[in-house]
Amino acid sequence: MNIFWEQVGSGLVTGGIYASVALALVMIYQATHQVNFAQGEMAMFSTYLAWSMIHAGLPYWVAFALTVLISFIGGIVIERVIIRPVENAPVLSVVVVFIGLLVIFNSLAGWIYTYTLKSFPSPFPSQPLFGFRYVSPHGIGAIGVTLVVLVLLYAFFRFTPLGLAMRAAAQNPASARLVGIRVGWMLALGWGLAAAIGSVAGMMVAPIVYLDPNMMSGVLLYAFAAALLGGIDSPGGAVLGGFIVGVLENLVGAYVIGNDLKLSLALVLIVGVLIVKPAGLFGRALVTRV
Amino acid sequence: MAALLAASGLEASYGATQVLHGLSFSMEEGSITTLLGANGAGKTTTLRAVCGMVKTRGEIAFDGQRIDARGTEDIVRLGIAHVPDGRGTFVNLTTEENLRLGGYTRRDRHAVASDIERMYEYFPRLRERRKQQAGTLSGGEQQMLAIARALMLKPHLLLLDEPSFGLAPLIVGQIFDIMRTINQKERVAILLVEQNAAMALELADHAYLLETGRIVISGDAEAIRNDDSVRRSYLGY
Amino acid sequence: MMEANATAALSPAKRLTPRLAAWAALAVVACGLPFAVTGYHTFQLTMVLVYSIALLGLNMLTGYNGQISLGHGAFYALGAYTAAILMNSLNVPYWATLPASAAVCLVAGFLFGLPALRLEGLYLALATFALGVTMPPLLKYKHFDAITGGSQGIVIIKPDAPFGLPLTGDQWLYFFTLAIAVVLFVLARNLLRGRVGRALVAIRDHPIAAEAMGVNSSIYKSLTFGVSAMYTGIAGALGAIAVQFVAPDSFDIFLSISFLVGSVIGGISSIAGAVFGGVFIVFVPNIASQISKAAPWAIYGVFLIGFMYLMPGGVVAFLRVATAWARRCFRKAG
Repeated sequence: MNIFWEQVGSGLVTGGIYASVALALVMIYQATHQVNFAQGEMAMFSTYLAWSMIHAGLPYWVAFALTVLISFIGGIVIERVIIRPVENAPVLSVVVVFIGLLVIFNSLAGWIYTYTLKSFPSPFPSQPLFGFRYVSPHGIGAIGVTLVVLVLLYAFFRFTPLGLAMRAAAQNPASARLVGIRVGWMLALGWGLAAAIGSVAGMMVAPIVYLDPNMMSGVLLYAFAAALLGGIDSPGGAVLGGFIVGVLENLVGAYVIGNDLKLSLALVLIVGVLIVKPAGLFGRALVTRV
Repeated sequence: MAALLAASGLEASYGATQVLHGLSFSMEEGSITTLLGANGAGKTTTLRAVCGMVKTRGEIAFDGQRIDARGTEDIVRLGIAHVPDGRGTFVNLTTEENLRLGGYTRRDRHAVASDIERMYEYFPRLRERRKQQAGTLSGGEQQMLAIARALMLKPHLLLLDEPSFGLAPLIVGQIFDIMRTINQKERVAILLVEQNAAMALELADHAYLLETGRIVISGDAEAIRNDDSVRRSYLGY
Repeated sequence: MMEANATAALSPAKRLTPRLAAWAALAVVACGLPFAVTGYHTFQLTMVLVYSIALLGLNMLTGYNGQISLGHGAFYALGAYTAAILMNSLNVPYWATLPASAAVCLVAGFLFGLPALRLEGLYLALATFALGVTMPPLLKYKHFDAITGGSQGIVIIKPDAPFGLPLTGDQWLYFFTLAIAVVLFVLARNLLRGRVGRALVAIRDHPIAAEAMGVNSSIYKSLTFGVSAMYTGIAGALGAIAVQFVAPDSFDIFLSISFLVGSVIGGISSIAGAVFGGVFIVFVPNIASQISKAAPWAIYGVFLIGFMYLMPGGVVAFLRVATAWARRCFRKAG
């Protein structure tokens, strides 16, 4: 029974990370109806930047904050410079551009930092808190950080004028322009936030799986599954989906198919959700008028 | 006195199809002008052209400034508010959020809050539904919300596209009364596109009649209303 | 339009001759090359053909049917491993592995296509992306080790030229692959220019109208996926034989990405584009690593993005536009 709760515990930890990345994916999807295939590699690259800063001597939380800031700005720049020219291009062209980004970030990381695994520090103490055995201290810390990020984001979108404007721009760009919202910049901001969230996810997962350029490809896949499960246009759904996928992954890996094949669960989930209920648990079913 | 809005040789196209063929018209401050015509005459396109939502050639000047090359977000910030056909409400946001968005570009938070209150006085039904999702409001309520949101911008010019569309006559009457009040109290000029020519001519000071992207008749609204031959040939009643 | 009128004035024989001459020249070059270059270059040319076949498969799906696949590397891997396992464990001769790989991938593609027919655009891209990422772990799965050779993979012996022909192994493989490629290209051309091709384009451009006109789009879409996978699977088998080696990590998501890239750059709606794409996949990474020793894929990525801005129709569309423009210039001068 201990093993079961351990699996659930670590499932919640990784689930939180999937939830964050899934949220980033949904944010960009809501605003642009595009899925950012490069989200994982961007997060991985941000984590490497943090690693460089820490190795240059900066204290952890300073490096953390700087990385989030740089990622935020980077996301804005990428949207304005690289994505904007293909905003209205056919789906295939946009997918190719995203893949191009994926490839660039992956390759740059491999070039600058090599492909050897690096260890990434955890800011949380190594002694189990209160003797809690089912989740590691880093795990609890990671869940905590995830929840803080999610709450901050929710508050931002729900209660601030800028958050409201971003929601409006994502839902109805034409009407948003009619009230003076600069929709292009709202998109860029969305990308910035998504990149920032991704960087946090990367920094939380790196101590668990070790830092290497291919660190996030599995995470990205699970995040896709989570976003689809929750509903690709539902941020709340994405978060819940993330936790569900995390726990499911661990339980299925431990009891059903073994750890080597865990990733195929993501494939099964993705195809399964798309067949059975494409709108996901909380998304709105899209009815197309013939 | 310089006109509030003046268009000269306005042409507009959707892709390869040219819809407006050299319109020239003007509006004075605080006036109500209506654009009439059959479907496809170019009325909606004219409003869109003023707002920078469609590619244009020719000149449009608002309050002395050229606006024909500017983007919608900038034009709106100069004092033009547009209530598009189909209302354009943010259906997944609440009524109050829609109104707050109307005040997005304004600096003064307190003035925005008191303006929201004023909107609820013009449209009491909206106050009842302030926390409700805008998409669940009835057609008439959504139209009121769309107008209220536009007024939150404190515009000098209000563009209204077919406010009577799909609404019961009683509601339409209420909306037109409110528009008259707004025009008089807030000194907002109104450029009104309407299928319901009778009501539009009663509200407006001036009228332009469009036919396939050209102005065929222009003049005093009352004169046109009293001109039987014009009414019968062009307006169908 | 003007070109048709101008050439209609010539007799049929005169119309055919320039095209026949071009094809003949191409055939001479294609057959002569292996004798003019080194063994390694011949191997590279073989790989160009192999990837062209794979890209033809992908083009069928993406260009003609509008479905996006980021997972065709998985079908390539399936074809490659089928060939390798048959040759290694069952001593099947290399040429017999082709129909086997074709059959396996046709079925696999059709089965994946059945649910996939419900997905459009982005969602299909997601699902096939998942397929592409999941392939290497599946191939490395412990319990399949005995058959797949696990992470080490399987080594294949290069076949010799049959009937004692005076060709090296590389040259023979080149001609073998060339013959298969020509057959597959002709097959595809007939398929795509006929009723089937028109149905596919109808499904791509106006899916609802196509259904209303009686085109059974579910069957066509699943079949297209199957045939597309089949082509890529045959390519995989040929590739495995040429490279003489299969291992899980050669078939990761980057292979699928390469295919997508080659397809887009060559031109997704065209058969000729598949060859251009094949050339790109084989030679450009080399050029890229000459530009930047350390991060060739980054250059690849920049090239990709730039290409999307400048030539969204691919090389073939660009060439078509360029030749049309050139013809107009000559007509004005003449």
